[in-house]
Amino acid sequence: MFNLRDKAAVTGVGETRYARDSEKSQLALTLEASLNAIVDAGLDPKEIDGVIPYAAGGIVAEDFITNFGLPDLRYSALTPMGGASPVAALQSAAMAVATGVANHVLVALGRGSISGGRITSRLAEMPQMRLVSEFEMPLGTNAPAQFYAHMARRHMELYGTTYEQFGEIAVTCRQNAVLNERAMMRKPMTLADHQNSRMIADPFRLFDCSLESAGAAAVVVTSAERAKDLRHRPILIGGVAEGHPESPSAITQRPDLTRFGIASAAPIAFAMADVTHADIDVAEIYDCFTFVVLCQLEDMGFCAKGEGGEFIANGRIRPGGELPINTHGGLLSEAHIAGMNHIVELVRQLRGDCGERQVDGAEIGLVTGFGDLGDGSIAIMHR
Amino acid sequence: MTDSYDQLPEKPRPQPSTENQPYWDGLREHRLLVQRCANCNKLRHYPRPMCDACYAMDYTWQEIDGRGTVHSWATSHHPFHHSFKREVPYVTVTADLESGVRLQAPLVGSDETALALGLRVIVDYADVDASLSLPCLRLES
Ligand SMILES: [Zn+2]
Repeated sequence: MFNLRDKAAVTGVGETRYARDSEKSQLALTLEASLNAIVDAGLDPKEIDGVIPYAAGGIVAEDFITNFGLPDLRYSALTPMGGASPVAALQSAAMAVATGVANHVLVALGRGSISGGRITSRLAEMPQMRLVSEFEMPLGTNAPAQFYAHMARRHMELYGTTYEQFGEIAVTCRQNAVLNERAMMRKPMTLADHQNSRMIADPFRLFDCSLESAGAAAVVVTSAERAKDLRHRPILIGGVAEGHPESPSAITQRPDLTRFGIASAAPIAFAMADVTHADIDVAEIYDCFTFVVLCQLEDMGFCAKGEGGEFIANGRIRPGGELPINTHGGLLSEAHIAGMNHIVELVRQLRGDCGERQVDGAEIGLVTGFGDLGDGSIAIMHR
Repeated sequence: MTDSYDQLPEKPRPQPSTENQPYWDGLREHRLLVQRCANCNKLRHYPRPMCDACYAMDYTWQEIDGRGTVHSWATSHHPFHHSFKREVPYVTVTADLESGVRLQAPLVGSDETALALGLRVIVDYADVDASLSLPCLRLES
């Protein structure tokens, strides 16, 4: 059977400055990050012949043709899975370059400034939120923190997972952000700081919730064959997959509230890459909320369902631990670039370019995405 | 905070379609109606066009019992939609109804400290105005 193992590589990464607000438009930010990624790959923008924009961003392939003057765009696609979109886009891009449909696929994601009040109305308009919008928003369930709080509470009640275990994830991300000059949040955080932060949607406190950010990030995906001639050592995509949960459009009706789509995708990605969990040197795990990291660790099989709280204890996921996670600070402390920043960070870790926060000897890593109401994606990459 | 309580926006309202209008009509009469597949009798909620068991698109509306048990809950402290500013903190409960479907609705009559998985709850109804009633859940005494 044809499989994507080592057929494609990430050859360029780029981003803008990350901040809470930006004077620049979402399109301008997206183009700036894209140009940085293309230059990083050692390409001219006119060599880009495939584009996957962020499905929820309102930016389309035509915007790239217009601004870069692309002469021959042969492949464009969308992977509308919320925060699972960027890693799912790696799968789509890998298919396109592995089959020769395109040579260099740009995957780009930008977020402009957005005021808090507009988030709920924007969500209500999204087609994948149709059922939530009709049956739950009128009752006061209007935002992701509220959607996911029901999943987290169920996990706590079934398995004894604690607020402090969520805090361990927040503190870990912050420790990493302190070492990352690009991160928005660099003030050290203690577990007490986490526990004292105000309640948002119980069980989530403020420090369980990701940042609001303006900025953009982008990567270039090239066939493994062509990647050899480009500027950097290629970072190969060993295994990649997406997965969707049962009842994807309404968490309320999902048979198991504590099982995400990544539970279906992870075995495919690990088998494709032919690696085991113990082989993973570094993991950039989508962290819109602390609980979402813990649940993905279980769903990927790093530990059994319900054992995530114990798994992350004793420094295992901290810098220097057995499985360092979110080495850039994640969405919780670097910036919320919908996980495109997680892909960029994994590539830099595998290139060995991360300076003070570099994971020693990082050769194999994974990156995940989580989005909408539980969609999942995973890529295992290596140098 | 510049919003005064007098200026809160309207709460989001359902936009009933032909597919789900009977559900909303039922709530107005304080009855809980869900779709029943006309071919294989499977109940489904939320309302949608097709039965995922047999792909039939014909269905009837069946009134179900409002009793069930607590499956999970969340307590909102931040009003993500500003129209809920007066209500925070408020609890929403996900309940397993005895008919097999789930319902999410605000908890009335108790606070979150009274909750645990499996506790018995029963659906009640809150009349918003002449054209809209919403479900709520209370602990069965
Ligand atoms: Zn049927």
